[in-house]
Amino acid sequence: MIRQDFIALATDLSIEDLLLEYPIASDFLANLRLNSIPKQLSLSQALEEVDEGILQEFGLDKFGVLRSFCEFMETFTPAEVSLHALSSLTIIGGFNKSREPENISLTISCGEIISIVGPTGSGKSRLLNDIECVAQGDTPTGRRILINGAELDDLQRFEMDGKLVAQLSQNMNFVMDLTVSEFLDMHAKSRLTTSAKQVVEKCFLCANELAGEKFMPDTKITQLSGGQSRALMIADTAYMSNSPIVLIDEIENAGIDRRQAIELLSKREKIIFVSTHDPLLALSADKRMVIKNGGIIKVLDISDTEKQSLKAIEELDNTLQKLRNRLRDGAQITVDLLKS
Amino acid sequence: MKLITVAGPPSSGKTSVIIKLIECMGLPKGSVGVVKFDCLNSFDNLRYKEADIPIQTGFSGKICPDHYFVSNIDDAVQWGMKLGFQMLITESAGLCNRCSPYINGIFSICVIDNLSGANTPRKIGPLLKLADVVAVTKGDIVSQAEREVFAFNIKQVNASAKVIFVNGITGQGSFILSKYLQQARDIQTLRDMKLRFTTPAAVCSYCTGETRIGESHQMGMMKKMEFKEL
Repeated sequence: MIRQDFIALATDLSIEDLLLEYPIASDFLANLRLNSIPKQLSLSQALEEVDEGILQEFGLDKFGVLRSFCEFMETFTPAEVSLHALSSLTIIGGFNKSREPENISLTISCGEIISIVGPTGSGKSRLLNDIECVAQGDTPTGRRILINGAELDDLQRFEMDGKLVAQLSQNMNFVMDLTVSEFLDMHAKSRLTTSAKQVVEKCFLCANELAGEKFMPDTKITQLSGGQSRALMIADTAYMSNSPIVLIDEIENAGIDRRQAIELLSKREKIIFVSTHDPLLALSADKRMVIKNGGIIKVLDISDTEKQSLKAIEELDNTLQKLRNRLRDGAQITVDLLKS
Repeated sequence: MKLITVAGPPSSGKTSVIIKLIECMGLPKGSVGVVKFDCLNSFDNLRYKEADIPIQTGFSGKICPDHYFVSNIDDAVQWGMKLGFQMLITESAGLCNRCSPYINGIFSICVIDNLSGANTPRKIGPLLKLADVVAVTKGDIVSQAEREVFAFNIKQVNASAKVIFVNGITGQGSFILSKYLQQARDIQTLRDMKLRFTTPAAVCSYCTGETRIGESHQMGMMKKMEFKEL
């Protein structure tokens, strides 16, 4: 759709019809305190009856309103070609904090899971920073990040508009005073999803599957437990966020199926970085990146021996999970339960 | 000298963003100065001094902060020129959400924080609407979904703005913000340049010190509220 078509929406269509076809236009009216203008007229006709004083308070005149209406509609019409069609990400090494070269070139494809390990302060956030701004040798690390094998120029980097990486971390909270379903509806609306209802439903079911304890659509998001919140955030990131890269900073043990959560994200064809020291998560990844002194010192493939020990770790984890469930149900713990 | 105007609601993280931004730009120490416009009191000068950033603070006191800003901004530029800064950053608080200390042709950043409520971007006026870049802070403590909804609501009022998430503590995001500043143009003076938006109208009896309440004490520019029968 080009801008002339949007002008036509304001001149040829009654506001009533406009709102039916483009519900989001009601936000435009509300933003300018124009909710009560006569709806049977077209926007440009209706504006003739509006007190200029109100428009001036927003720094607009009638023409300005029409112009920003077109801009608004243009911004919120889903683009046909997604800028974020990402199939691979390449990290080309720079320097660590002592200016020693990193000697690394790693290409990661969609659906791959990379775990990041290293002590606190080792440089995980430096790495994330580089990925987020698609560094081109111009950040303190000197790293270069290629998207689909190519470098990006500054204009393309700006176009990313901060949408490349979605983040999930332990200390994130819900702050809005909304119920789960209101919250999901609101997010779906902002994503301009055409099949909002189905997506919201899928998201809700999936979050409940991941969460240890179930919750209802009318539960307030601020009242969810830690595990439930995390489950909802992960399901939401999987189904609604269009960021092709997800960074997960430690998911807590309690109240959520961590592995299932990560698998879900990788099935959605996202590139996943998990910063974790949890052996179960680290070994379920495809590769493991070791960070020290601000630099990537090595990238390990998960070896066969490690894959074998994963089974034993899983058993340990299941045992612990069983104990947690027993506690939750008010049962008692016995030594026998520890022998899986 | 390049001039950047930064504005945003109180405690949104303007000072932190500016300090991280200056760190990121890698210009020689002391070549980026800050002028802070505040109302009654400010403690940010201490933080700037700690970071070795030349700082000047002005208090609007009983004057409308916007009027104060516009009547002092060119002097600020002259101050910066005299001290030989490569860049001058002004910081001011948009106290009534109506302010917009932005000047045509001068790069402007609005700082707002993710905790201020999902609909806040839709309530803030020209302060947000007329900014070139909107820096969103405190995104590290809310969910990804809330960040996305927040960005969406910003786009609703300022479709052409670039939205950048900046972590004022770790500095994440400030690098890309600093890249934008390269677009800022060099100026020598602001004389005859124009504000992007009029400052709040004033000059009523209360502007000049009236404290008594009642119709007979209200003179000058007044706007009366309409109370409807329910």
